[in-house]
Amino acid sequence: MALSAASIEVGDTHTEVLVEDLKRTQLVQYAGASGDYNPVHTDEKFVTEVAGYPTVFAHGMLTMGMTGKLITNYVGDARLTNYGVRFVNQVWPGDTLTGTAEVTAIRTEDGQHLVDLTITTVNQDDVPVLTGTATARIDP
Amino acid sequence: MAVERFPVEASHIMMFARAVGDPNPVYHDQAYAEGTEAGGIIAPPTFAQASAQFDPDYRLRPKIGEPWMGSGREATGIRPEAAGGAGDDAPVGMGARGLHAEQHFEYHRHLKPGDVLSATVKPGETWEKQSKRAGTLKFSETITEYRDSHGELVITARSVGVTTEKAVES
Repeated sequence: MALSAASIEVGDTHTEVLVEDLKRTQLVQYAGASGDYNPVHTDEKFVTEVAGYPTVFAHGMLTMGMTGKLITNYVGDARLTNYGVRFVNQVWPGDTLTGTAEVTAIRTEDGQHLVDLTITTVNQDDVPVLTGTATARIDP
Repeated sequence: MAVERFPVEASHIMMFARAVGDPNPVYHDQAYAEGTEAGGIIAPPTFAQASAQFDPDYRLRPKIGEPWMGSGREATGIRPEAAGGAGDDAPVGMGARGLHAEQHFEYHRHLKPGDVLSATVKPGETWEKQSKRAGTLKFSETITEYRDSHGELVITARSVGVTTEKAVES
């Protein structure tokens, strides 16, 4: 179901848990699907001994992908016109991520109704890992 | 990433949606998807990134017969200093110090199985910033335009990569 301008207000929020206790295997799964095999995401020996991190960490694009689910669940399928994020902190195995979309504007452009959202994904310590914005077409 | 031919396929979309933990049937169930506004299976919002699979020169994929930075008998298959990617000429994301800072997508329409895309890349801005946590941060922007087989612009992507002096443990 798509959103309609009549049914939402600026300040409305939509929150979902995106992943609970992120598994290293999901990082492997994302590497395989996306084609990004950077060993910092999957290779414990490389990442600790060569790269100098405490363990592997998630692809930023995995966090963006998981957060995308939150947005499409809210605005509906095939409705997004823009989606952009900053990766502000790393995501580690074991993290539980929660995403929130907040309505910042409901507007019309060339006769098309649009909603602007700010997007924030936080970890279990309420530390933001991703911040961004999205815009979607909505019904009148 | 520059790609001459990026065929969008249903099984790839299904695997990608699984990997990002999205069970929405519009990404894998054709019969369901036909009954939705999308009119058929579409790709999730960040799927264009998987065009890396079709870039023959993509640096973050092991290639047959070539050295790879990941571990085998040793912790890395290439010189550690090269694996660190500290050099100015190291492509963003190639080294262990290369991180993805920002990603933006503009959707002109949504991807669907059967699309055959090409992607062209142009460099954007570059800038530096000092960080207490990670030393000097070097940012560089690239803009990727994905076009369909008719030459129509489908997705415009803007990516910002950063290389850091030191490993960052958030």
